[in-house]
Amino acid sequence: MEPFIKHTGLVAPMDRANVDTDQIIPKQFLKRIERTGYGQFLFNDWRFKEDGSLNPEFELNKNRYKGASILAAGSNFGSGSSREHAPWALMDYGFRCIIAPSFADIFYNNCFQNGILPIIAPDNIVVDIINKSRSTSNYKLNVDLKNLKAWDQDEDIVFQFKLDEFRRNSLMNGLDDIGITMQHESDISNFEKTRHKHGGVLRD
Amino acid sequence: MEYDQPRTLFEKIWQSHVVREQAGEPALLYVDLHLVHEVTSPQAFDGLRIADRSVRRTDLTVAVMDHNTPTWDLSLPVKDPIAKQQLDALEKNCDEFGVELYDRFSPLQGIVHIIAPEQGRTQPGKIIVCGDSHTSTHGAFGAFALGIGTSEVEHVLATQTLRQKKPLTMEINIDGQAPTGVSAKDIILGIIGRIGVAGAAGHVIEYTGQAITDLSMEGRMTVCNMSIEAGARAGMVAPDQTTFDYIRGRSHAPKDSEFQNATEQWSRLRSDPGSVYDARVTIEAKDLEPFITWGTNPGMVIPVTDKIPNPNNAIDETEKESWERALRYMDLKPDIPITDVSIDRVFIGSCTNARIEDIRAAATVAKGKKVNDQVYAMVVPGSVAVKEQAENEGLDRILIEAGFDWRVAGCSMCLGMNPDILQPKERCASTSNRNFEGRQGKGGRTHLVSPQMAAAAAIEGKFVDIRDW
Repeated sequence: MEPFIKHTGLVAPMDRANVDTDQIIPKQFLKRIERTGYGQFLFNDWRFKEDGSLNPEFELNKNRYKGASILAAGSNFGSGSSREHAPWALMDYGFRCIIAPSFADIFYNNCFQNGILPIIAPDNIVVDIINKSRSTSNYKLNVDLKNLKAWDQDEDIVFQFKLDEFRRNSLMNGLDDIGITMQHESDISNFEKTRHKHGGVLRD
Repeated sequence: MEYDQPRTLFEKIWQSHVVREQAGEPALLYVDLHLVHEVTSPQAFDGLRIADRSVRRTDLTVAVMDHNTPTWDLSLPVKDPIAKQQLDALEKNCDEFGVELYDRFSPLQGIVHIIAPEQGRTQPGKIIVCGDSHTSTHGAFGAFALGIGTSEVEHVLATQTLRQKKPLTMEINIDGQAPTGVSAKDIILGIIGRIGVAGAAGHVIEYTGQAITDLSMEGRMTVCNMSIEAGARAGMVAPDQTTFDYIRGRSHAPKDSEFQNATEQWSRLRSDPGSVYDARVTIEAKDLEPFITWGTNPGMVIPVTDKIPNPNNAIDETEKESWERALRYMDLKPDIPITDVSIDRVFIGSCTNARIEDIRAAATVAKGKKVNDQVYAMVVPGSVAVKEQAENEGLDRILIEAGFDWRVAGCSMCLGMNPDILQPKERCASTSNRNFEGRQGKGGRTHLVSPQMAAAAAIEGKFVDIRDW
């Protein structure tokens, strides 16, 4: 996994609440057996009209947001299904960071597994970022994961965000969760030695 | 260990599964049952292969084909080459890694969340995971059951553990007896309508109260199934005699004296008196009615007696915009009674409502009636076992004679990954769990309802109040 330490990128707005994973990657594109190649299907039903042509009204289709790597979105982003195809599609399209007032739990977890940083920011900051991404051309944000800080180009918006130490460390080092857990093999084996075979029995 | 504080059901299960806990790290939890299906697993098996890892506990892992299996004649080949590739990949992966698989011809096949309880694999106190958000279904047995992503599927395959940040707890108490005509589906739609689609984000819900304990296991599964639609990490109901009676005698249930021992242990799985939850919600069961969703998420829901909401009554600009957008997508006008809305399709199925009691409820409504000429209605049983049971009871005959299409088991039009999809602009009364834009087919319009309400809508060609019917 590619480490995430610092990132500077163009911001695209997604000014909608409850954007669900069926919108991020519609089900007809889940049938691949690879992790790659989903970017072309990102937001398919919003990005393309029924005849397959680009929908010029949709934010990401606007020229000014071409090459965006930071998405500023409404609350409860990524709700719905557990499909990891959603972060795979966002990553493949070029997004490395998503800023929203809140995220759906499973989607939030899935981002970290793929080197995407989901930042939870207060509502008013997200609204300001969305507005500025619309009013300022080539509007960029800087994200510093080490110091848990983000700021825009003219330092008009500057904010700190929170992230637990484990997640931060894994992202910054591009660490694979399985590798980390494998280091605790003896803990797992010890647990199994005393585990009741039905599993559902309390251990105290 | 002695505990000073009373503990919730969730807390007890959590503490009994911690393999490792370190400040600043998510806990490492042991997984008792890992369910696998074809859509969210190929990349996980691939990851194992690349890293030369094996499946740690094949005895705690079971796979089934359900999401994109056709529900037509089983003797026909899978026409969609990409679906076929995914089904073939699951077969190859299970074979290579030694995982038990129910393929589409197996008598034990069905929707993953229907077959595991059916076989007695789902048991109280377990931690159960699956690469599918509706894994919350299994919480009905007093298990901690949660949906995970594909990377986590790979993690569980390799280590039998899951990293989890400890969620908060929420008690949702449905106080009193549910009125006649209010089903388990209506209870959960009513809850989501009350707390919203992110109302339980970060929480594990424990459902309590008479309206919950009065429910059969199947009804409890319907309620827990849609916990994720309220944003919850999981939903659960404390196990009781109803739970034990359901499990007894099933193929993977403990046998004889072991079963007796197990029920004694499972009886400890309840929140201690005075337990503290991080949040509490109480809903009076008498206030619940049959519900219908009108919009594009499950929180956009109204009682059948209500009118389509007017965006001018929204609480803020964001809600107003989302209501306007939903009304446009759904092609609905504000302020008209929902019972004036006519439909083109009916889907009775999914991990929410495709168990035998759901099929019985639909057949009871449909008996001696005819599906409206304008409507195409289908019933997709949740498993081969449900299908056979329904056929033994003659429910298939009742439904077929009424004009319903009777299919073979699978996820089908809940998410339309197989050939069962809505055409653009088609309006569907569906017993499934999500009414997102395009969920059942691009441009399709979904209204979530109970099986009774769906069957009645099929016959009338529009929504009706099942209580007057």
